[in-house]
This record gives sequence, C-alpha cells and structure tokens, in this order.
Amino acid sequence: MPTNILMPALSPTMTEGNLAKWLKAEGDAVEAGDVIAEIETDKATMEVEAVDEGVIGKILIAEGTEGVAVNSPIAVLLEDGESADDIGDVPSAPAPVAESAAEAPVSVSPSEAAQVEGKAIENRDILYAQGAVLEPPPFDEASFTDMAEITVREALRDAMAEEMRSDKTVYLMGEEVAEYQGAYKVSQGLLGEFGDKRVIDTPITEHGFAGIAVGSAMNGLKPIVEFMTWNFGMQAMDHIINSAAKTLYMAGGKLGCPIVFRGPNGAASRVGAQHSQCYASWYGHIPGLKVVAPWSGADAKGLMKAAIRDPNPIIFLENEMLYGETHSVPTSEDFAIPLGRAKIEREGSDVTIVAFSIMVGKALQAAEKLAEQGIDAEVINLRTIRPLDRYTILESVKKTNRIVTCEEGWAFSGIGAEIAALIGEHAFDYLDAPLVRVAAADVPMPYAANLEALALPQMDEIVHAARKVCYAD
Amino acid sequence: MSAKKAKKSSGKKATKKPALKPVSNSESNPTVEELRRLYRDMLLIRRFEEKAGQLYGMGLIGGFCHLYIGQEAVVTGITSVQEKQDTVVTSYRDHAHMLACGMDPKGIMAELTGRIDGYSRGKGGSMHMFSKEENFFGGHGIVGAGTAIGTGLGFAHKYKGDKGVAVAYMGDGASNQGQVAECYNMAALWDLPVLFVIENNQYGMGTSVSRSSAGQLYKRGEGYGIPGEQVDGMDVFAVQAAARQALDYIRTGNGPYVLEVMTYRYRGHSMSDPAKYRTKDEVNSFKEERDPIAHVKDMMADMGIDEAELKAVDKEIKEIVNEAATFSQKSPEPDEFELWTDVLVET
Ligand SMILES: Cc1ncc(C[n+]2csc(CCOP(=O)(O)OP(=O)(O)O)c2C)c(N)n1
Ligand SMILES: [Mg+2]
Repeated sequence: MPTNILMPALSPTMTEGNLAKWLKAEGDAVEAGDVIAEIETDKATMEVEAVDEGVIGKILIAEGTEGVAVNSPIAVLLEDGESADDIGDVPSAPAPVAESAAEAPVSVSPSEAAQVEGKAIENRDILYAQGAVLEPPPFDEASFTDMAEITVREALRDAMAEEMRSDKTVYLMGEEVAEYQGAYKVSQGLLGEFGDKRVIDTPITEHGFAGIAVGSAMNGLKPIVEFMTWNFGMQAMDHIINSAAKTLYMAGGKLGCPIVFRGPNGAASRVGAQHSQCYASWYGHIPGLKVVAPWSGADAKGLMKAAIRDPNPIIFLENEMLYGETHSVPTSEDFAIPLGRAKIEREGSDVTIVAFSIMVGKALQAAEKLAEQGIDAEVINLRTIRPLDRYTILESVKKTNRIVTCEEGWAFSGIGAEIAALIGEHAFDYLDAPLVRVAAADVPMPYAANLEALALPQMDEIVHAARKVCYAD
Repeated sequence: MSAKKAKKSSGKKATKKPALKPVSNSESNPTVEELRRLYRDMLLIRRFEEKAGQLYGMGLIGGFCHLYIGQEAVVTGITSVQEKQDTVVTSYRDHAHMLACGMDPKGIMAELTGRIDGYSRGKGGSMHMFSKEENFFGGHGIVGAGTAIGTGLGFAHKYKGDKGVAVAYMGDGASNQGQVAECYNMAALWDLPVLFVIENNQYGMGTSVSRSSAGQLYKRGEGYGIPGEQVDGMDVFAVQAAARQALDYIRTGNGPYVLEVMTYRYRGHSMSDPAKYRTKDEVNSFKEERDPIAHVKDMMADMGIDEAELKAVDKEIKEIVNEAATFSQKSPEPDEFELWTDVLVET
C-alpha cells in the first residue's frame, strides 16, 4: 500500500516549516536512509531521510513552499510493484494516537489527588502535598531496656559492624576509613574485623568514588560511603542526586539504589567557612532521598542501623562536636529506629522547640533554663529531616500554641522555613504568637573565636526566642 | 601495611600481565552464521533509529532524541563477544545498547513515546532506561556519570566474584570529564573488571575532538597502567577482535582496559541539530565508503549469500520495527497516578 511521507518536526516546538528543496524526483527509487528533501525553519535547515524503501510516486508539496504544517503529507511513497495508479489508496488518517487520549483526561492537582483503589500512595511527603498529615508508624523505644554507656562515635561504629555482620553485601568506603581507622575514628576496628575487601580506603576523589558506590549499589551491593566531612560531599553531589536519588523514579520502580552516604555535617570548631556548613536543607530538598540527623548515642545507633537496612539512598548527617559525647544506648541488635519519626525529648506545655542534631542538646539546655523562669518547653528531636515527622510537630503546636525552630544552617530556605510553612498550612489557627527561627547568621563561617560564636545559634538565643513567642519579655 | 600491600600488588602486576598485540581484523574468518547475525543486529539498530527519527518528526517522541546511526558496529561488535553475566552502562545515546543487550524493541520505543509499556513506565524517556534482567544499567543523561557507575558495576562483579565484566561506554566528549580520570585510577588501583569503551565519533555536540581533547584518548589510561587500544569502529570484525582480547585480559584478573573505537554519527547530535560544524562531504564519505552495514553486506555477497536471503532479514527487521512503532503509539500514556509512585521504595 502506498504510504505518505510527512512533513517532520525538527524540535518539539516546531509547528510548520518551509520545503526548501527536493533531492529526489517522482519516479526515483529511494532506500531507507536516503536524503530526499531539505526543510528549513527560522533556526535551521535539515535533511529529510526516507525511512522505508520504495519509489517516489508523487510529490505533493512543491519545493519552495513556505509554511508547511508538521505532519502534513509532502509526498507519496510506492512499494515494490505498485504504480502511481495506487495512490488513491493512501490512507489519509493521521498517525495512531494513544488509546488513553480518547478518554477525557482527569485533571488532578497535587492537592486534590486521591488514593486510587488498589494502588495506595505510601510516600508521606507526597501525601502531605495532597493534604494528608499522617502519624508515622509507632515505635516502642522504651521496650529496649539493656543499655550500655558508649560514645556517639562508638554507637555509629557498632551499628555499622552489626549490619556488616548480618549482611555480607554491606561495605564501607571512604578516605582514611580503613588503615587510619577513620579521620574522626568512627570506623575504628572495622578493618580488623572485616578486612580490606569490605573496609576500603579510597583516593581523594569524592565524585568518582560516590559514582562507583552508586554503580555497585545498582549491581547488588549495599555501600556505606563516608565523606570525611559533608563539605567535601559537594563534589559528589551529582551522583547523589542525579544517579542515586532519581534512578528509582526514572526506572519506573525497576531499579533502585540502596546506599548510605554519611559523615560529619555542620560546624566543627574554628575551621572556617569552607569546613563549616549544614547541608540538611540542601538534601532535604530532593525527592528520592531520605535525610537523617542523629543527636544522641541511641539516635546514632538506631538510625544508622535503619539507614543501612533501608532500600533507598540515605543522607546521614553526623556532627563532629557530638562524636565524643557519652549516652545510654540500647545494646540489642534489633534496635533500629524507624526513619521518619521524631522523638519528644522533653514534654512541656508552654512552647514547642523543634531541633535536630547538635541543636537538640542546646534546646534541652534552653528548656532547663526556661523552666527556672517558669516556662515549660517541649523539645522535639526531629531525628529524620526527610520524610519530616509533621504529625509530631503539629500535635505539639496544637498543645502549646507556640513554636521556635532551631538549626545550625542558614535560615533562608532552611528546615525552619519548611516548618514555618507547615505551621502556616496546618496550625495557623492554633498559634498564639508568630513562629521564630533560630539559625546561623547569614554569613560564611568566620574563624575568630568570638565571631564564630556569634555566627552559630547558641542556647541563649533559643531561650530568648522562646520567651519572645511566650510574650514573656 | 599499606606500603607492603602496594608493593606486593605492583610486583604481581609486573609479572602477571600478558603481552598484548595490536589487534586487526585480518585474521578474522567469520562464518556465514556469524555474518548473518552481525548483519541482523546492526540492521535492527539502524532501522530502529530511523523509525525513532521518523516518530520524532511526527511529534510522537519529545525532548532530546540521540540517534546511533553510523555507530552500529561498535556496540554490536563488543556485545557479540560478551558473556551473559557482563553488565553494560552508557550515556543518553543508548537505544542501540539496549537493543544489543536483548531488551525488547517494543518496550524501548514505548519509552521513547512516553507510554506506560515503556521500560520505565514512561517516566524515564529516551535517556533513562534500565533492565536488571538484561544487565543494562542505563541510560544516563549526565556526561561522564556512566563511567563512574560502570566502574561501580565492575566493583560489584569483583566483590561478588561472579566473573562478570562491566562494559562502560562513554563519548569522546565524556572522556574529558574529571570523574573519568578518577575512575581510571581507582579501577587500576583495585584491579576492577571494567572495559572502558570510548566511542569516538569525532564530535561532542558541535566540538570536534581536536578542539576538545589533548593527546590520544586511548592512551589516557597509560599513566595508571591501563592498556589502551584504538580500533576501527566502522568494521565490526575489528571491534570484535579488539573487544575479545580486552575482555579476556580483564576476565583473567588483570584489571581494566581502555578501548577507543573510531566511529562516526551520520545524524546530528540530537534530532534538532542541523550539524553545521562539519561538511556534507565529510558525512558522505563515511556513509558511502565506510558504512559498517554495507561492509558486512559486501562480505556476505562475496561469500555467495544470495540477495533473497538478505531481503528476508530486511523484511524481518522491518516487521519488528514497525511492530514496535505501532505498539509505542497504541500503548496508553501512564495513568496520572503514576506521577506519585516510585519516588522511594516503601517498606
Ligand atoms: C555534565 C554535562 N555537561 C553537559 C551536558 C550537555 N551535553 C549533552 S551531550 C554533550 C556532548 C557529549 O559528547 P560525547 O561525549 O562525545 O558523546 P556523543 O554525543 O558524541 O555520543 C553535551 C555537552 C550534559 N548532558 N552533561
Ligand atoms: Mg562524541
């Protein structure tokens, strides 16, 4: 059957073009790949190639014609054994279109989308965008009663060791993690127990080894990648976001990337601007990542175990200043804290203070000071930044009617800004005072001791902010 | 301990690594069966790509669409000497690699048209498809990223001890990425089973290799102790011979290998590129004198395979491609619900 050769589009936005020149005449034989014509738009001239072999039966659009609509027939191609007499048979029907296009499209905006029967959306961030605030799955932390007094550093190491014992596909790679025992000694003893096949010193090439770890995760392993600090993780950001976080979606769910990227985040002490930055909101911005920020030893152990077991890419933000602190930590190998659940570290009725990582400790100190002043603060330790435990925050604010957020990063587009939006969207009517954010000064980190202390959010500022939202001053 | 280990491993390398010979196809003596198979595999790629170009022209494929026409011998030659457990990763110019890995033309074309029956349920597009079953790990839109991911695939092969080799394709442009150098270093340091393939089609978008790249691309691994070789990518037997030697070398535990395959793309960088940076004569000289499919066809004619037999192959391929095209237009667009799924694995 004769077929139409159609005016092609050169780009998705092109709607019409000029037929500049025919390179074949009626009666000429063509093979697939032969250039048959040239077309032009205001931007470019391009060649039209034949896709099928045959003979040009008729030229429908003469050369020099301007404004030829995309997809309109420009010539008729005859197959072997056909003649120009068969041209009447050319189906004029346009190209077949998707069957669904026939049905009226159902337009669903993110805020209205509902659960379709039989296919439940489980992603809590998406459900939140659709208007639902869900309570995270319960976790009975109090049932873990056997405790050991260990440092945060040891808790992280123990978590990795336990998971490496139970799953042979888990390995640790990073700069100085093996023979040096970790730049901050977090991986102390792991090389001795697991050998250099599973505890691997890398050259100083964050971009490269992050990509290698991602590739190994796609091919069946469960890497833990240590960045000496998260400041250097910026060199690996492309693989974290483009290669790890987006793959599951781009693969339609058929290939994932189970991987943990970990290391110290935020300010250390007197190391200046390039070594002192909080990345919580950078990674918290990305769908396809989970972002975790422990404070206590129990957090460190339980969240690290959960992160390694999780089939998704995890950003694990530790804090150098906390590594040496000692806490009671459950000894059970089953102690894995579900990601996405915050912990109320101190109950209170007058004001909610939300914090994560090192700021939890400062918030608890502030709460003690506030208690002396007659203000009863509730302190929430977020534990996970994404998915954010919005439920716990909202329930607390509904009770206290006042909220202060604390973070070591900058306020602009920060975690506090996200919580402010949450409160505006869901607890506006419960507020007795505007939310206050405690965050870093909006400057690169200075070196001088006095300026560094001024740049970082301190306990006194939390006290001040809490008093402010309580109209106590 | 580290110094000791380094000494031991470099000593081991010096004695163990086999001498490599320059590879040519002069010794290749393909059987009729072999010729027919290679002809068929290359033709499938060419016809598939032509059809994709046509569907793009009809507005059925959106965004970028990077065709492989002219480069068919590269992936066909290399894949033909791989083993089942080997893994493959490449850039956005990936349709051919998926076909060569044995992925279904219908599923690939339906992904190009953004439909639910595409390999990624319409959510990946031309540049992002994957198949664990066929050991194909993308389809990556970021120039150079596939090289690091491929090195990681090799890392996992070695870790698991499954005797697999990762074949990591990159373009001439990609070979200038810093992460490529980083990965050469680590692959050599750790003796990873990775075949780095540079598909040198002489341009990265509109920039010719002479304007982008110093020195010789196949020699860039030398400083790390990685053997490199340049091979004629318009001759599928030369590619095959070179890949066979490279894969043997890698599979017997010698670490990575760089193969620079000299090739040419007939079409623009992507569908909307009018290719003003090169002359028509240059393009035509490749099409007319160096075409990889015509080369095999001539050999078959010389061996006395009759025209009718080739026609039968042409017809079979045409049917496969037409079926894929029809399928890719009939398959529905993804349900709107699909927008919200596959962001995280829910546990
Ligand atoms: C990191 C990055 N930079 C730029 C681009 C835009 N870009 C896409 S393809 C391309 C040229 C790559 O050329 P080459 O590696 O030779 O591969 P070829 O297209 O020839 O197959 C560029 C610059 C990109 N996708 N990623
Ligand atoms: Mg190129």
